[in-house]
Amino acid sequence: MSFLPYALAAWLFFVGLYGIVTSRHLVHLVVCLGVMQSSTYVLLLAIGYRTGKKAPIFTSGVPTKVGAVDPVVQALTLTDVVVSVVASALILALVIEIWKRSGKLCRCSAPPCSAQPAISCPHGSTTSSRLRSRQP
Amino acid sequence: MTVLCVVLIFHSAHGTITYWFGGWHPRNGIAIGISFSVEPLGAGIAALIGALMTAALVQSIDYFEEEVPPHFFVLMLVFLASMIGFALSSDLFNMFVFFELMSTAAFGLTGYRIEHRSVLQGAINFAVVNGIGAFLLLAGIALLYGRTGALNLAQIGQVLSRHGADGLVIVAFGLIVVGLLTKAGAVPFHFWLSDAYAVAPAPVCVLFAGVMSDLGLHAVGRVYWVAFSGVLGNGHADAVRGVLIGVGLLTALVGALMAFVQAGLKRMLAFIVISHVGIFLTAIGLLTARGLAGATVYVVADGLVKGALFCAVGHLARRVGHTDELIAHGRGRSLPLTGTVVALGALGLAILPPFGTFVAYSLVERGAGGLGYHWLPPLLAIATAVTGASVLRAAARIFLGLGPAEDDLLVAAPRGEEADEGMRAAPRRGFLLWGPAVALLVAGLGLGFAPGIAAHAVQHAERFVDRPAVARETLHGAPPAPLPHVHEQIGAAGYAYGAGSAILAVALAWIGLYRRRIPEAFRRAAGATAGPAVQRLKLLHDGVVGEYVTWLTAGAAAITGLLALLTR
Repeated sequence: MSFLPYALAAWLFFVGLYGIVTSRHLVHLVVCLGVMQSSTYVLLLAIGYRTGKKAPIFTSGVPTKVGAVDPVVQALTLTDVVVSVVASALILALVIEIWKRSGKLCRCSAPPCSAQPAISCPHGSTTSSRLRSRQP
Repeated sequence: MTVLCVVLIFHSAHGTITYWFGGWHPRNGIAIGISFSVEPLGAGIAALIGALMTAALVQSIDYFEEEVPPHFFVLMLVFLASMIGFALSSDLFNMFVFFELMSTAAFGLTGYRIEHRSVLQGAINFAVVNGIGAFLLLAGIALLYGRTGALNLAQIGQVLSRHGADGLVIVAFGLIVVGLLTKAGAVPFHFWLSDAYAVAPAPVCVLFAGVMSDLGLHAVGRVYWVAFSGVLGNGHADAVRGVLIGVGLLTALVGALMAFVQAGLKRMLAFIVISHVGIFLTAIGLLTARGLAGATVYVVADGLVKGALFCAVGHLARRVGHTDELIAHGRGRSLPLTGTVVALGALGLAILPPFGTFVAYSLVERGAGGLGYHWLPPLLAIATAVTGASVLRAAARIFLGLGPAEDDLLVAAPRGEEADEGMRAAPRRGFLLWGPAVALLVAGLGLGFAPGIAAHAVQHAERFVDRPAVARETLHGAPPAPLPHVHEQIGAAGYAYGAGSAILAVALAWIGLYRRRIPEAFRRAAGATAGPAVQRLKLLHDGVVGEYVTWLTAGAAAITGLLALLTR
C-alpha cells in the first residue's frame, strides 16, 4: 500500500487550512473549507483500500474469491459528502445574505467585536450603510 | 421528550440499555450494527436537553415580535433530535454525524436574525471553526477505524486494549479530543463561541449555553472511558490527566476574566459558558469516577441555571430593548422578578451552598482531593466566584441602578450585536417570557435537595468507568456489574469553598461597581499589572475567522504534541 494517498490527504488538509487562515474573501473561504473536507474523503478511502481487490459489489456472476475493498469506509465517505454539502450550502446562503446587505464579500468591514478592527477598511463603513438603506 | 428522558434515567439505573438499530445484534462480541447505549449519566444529559428545549420553545412563542415561521420550530426540533442522538449514541461515526447535524441546525439558528452583519459574521465564524473541528474529529475516527476495524466504542476499546499505545493511537485520541473540545469551546478553540452566542436569539442561547457546549465534554468523557481507558489508562493516565486539567484550568480562568470585562450580558454569559466548560473539563480530566460524576451533575445543574439566566436575559431584551448593562442601567427596575432570577442565578453560578451547583462542585472537590490535587479546588472556586460576580454586577446595574453608568474597563457590545436592539419595548402579558426562567432556576438550584443525588451519580459513574464490564455488557449481553456501595458526605472544606466563592463573588461585584472608591494607589498598581494582559486578551477576540483558525491549529498541534511527548 503506497503512502501517496495519505500524503495527498495531509496536503489537501494543510492547503485548505492555509487558504482559510489567509482568506480575505468569503466564497474563497467556503471553497477552502471544501478542500479541507476532501482530505477526509481521501483519508477514509485510503484506509479501506486493499491493493488488487475488487469493488465491494456482490452480484451473481462476480467471483467473490478475490475479496473486496472495505465497503464501510465508502459508506462513511458518502455520508461525509452529504454532510459537507449541507454545511457548504448553509454557509453559502449566509454569504449571499452578507452580500445582499453590504454589497461586498471581502473581509474588510468592521468585525463583530468592539475591539480594534484588525484589518483596516478601505471602503469605510459608509458604503455598507448606504447600500443597506437602499434595501427595502 | 423530557419525561421520556427522565424515565430513561430510572430505567437505565438497573443496567445499560443497548438498542441495536435494525436488530443487528453483535455476534461473538463483534458489533456490526449501530447502537444507542443508554446509561444514567447520558440519560441525565438527555433529560437536561429536553427540559431546556421545552423552556426555549415556550419562551420563543412570546419572544419574537413577528409570527414565528415554521422553519424555526423545525430547526429547533432537528437540533433537539441531534443533541439527544449525540448524547446516547455509542457508535463513533454516528456521533460524528449527529455532531455535524447539531452544528448545522445550530448555525442555522444562530443566523436566524439575518438583519445584522454581525449576526451573519458570527454564524459564519461558528460554521467554519466547527467545520474544521469536525474534520479533525473525523480524521481521528478514520485513523482509529484503520487500526481497529471497529466503530462501536466498546469494541474499539476491546481491540485497543490488546495492544500498546503507539503513535497512531495517541494521534487519533488527540484529534478526537480536539474535535470535541472545539464544539465545547475550550481555550484556545473558544473564539467562535462568544461571537455566535452573542448574536443568537435568546431562546436559542438557552440551548447553546445550557447544553450544547457541555455535550462535547460529555463525549470526551465517554470516548476516553469506553474506548481509550484500556490502552491509555495504565501508565499513560497521568499524561492525559495533565493535558486535560491544564486545558481545563486555562479555559476556566481565561473565560472568567473575559466574562468580567464584558458589558453586554449575552457576551458575558457566553464567556461564563466557556469558563464553566473549563471547570467541567477539569473535573472529567481527573479521570476518576467521582470527577466524572461531579462533572455530570455539574453540567445538569449549571445548565439549568445558565438556561434560566438566558431566559431572563431574553425577557429583559424584550421589555427593555437592550441587554448592555451600561445602556440598560437602571432600566430594569420595573422587572423585580427577572432581577431576582438573575441575582439568584449568579449566586448559583458562584456555587452558593446548598444549591445544585454546590453539590456538584463538592464532588469535584473531593475527587481532586482524592488524587492529592489540593491546589485545584481553590482555583476552580475563584473561577466560579468571578463568573458569579460578573452577573451580580450587571444585575445590580440593570435592576437596581447601582454604580456609575459608565466604565471604561468594560467592553461594550458592538452595534447590532444586541440582536434585539430594533425591537420595540412592547408591554406584553409576559408570563411566557419569565415563566421558563423561574422554572429552570428552581430546577437547577433545587437539584441540590434531591436526596442522595451525589451518591447515585458516583455509583453509576463507578460502573461506567469499569471498561471491561461495560464492554462485556454491550457486546456479549452480560448482566451489569452490581452497583458499588457509596456513601457521599459533603465535608467542611466543601462548604468553606462554596461560601468563600459566594462571598468573593459579592465582593468582586462591589469592586466592579464602585472601583472609584478604592484608593488610587491600589487601582494604579492593579492596572499596571493586569491592564496590558487584559487588553491583549480583548484584542484577540476580534472576530476575524482566519485568526481563530490559526489558534485552533496551534491548539490542536499543542495538545496532540503534548500527549505524544508525555506518553513517550
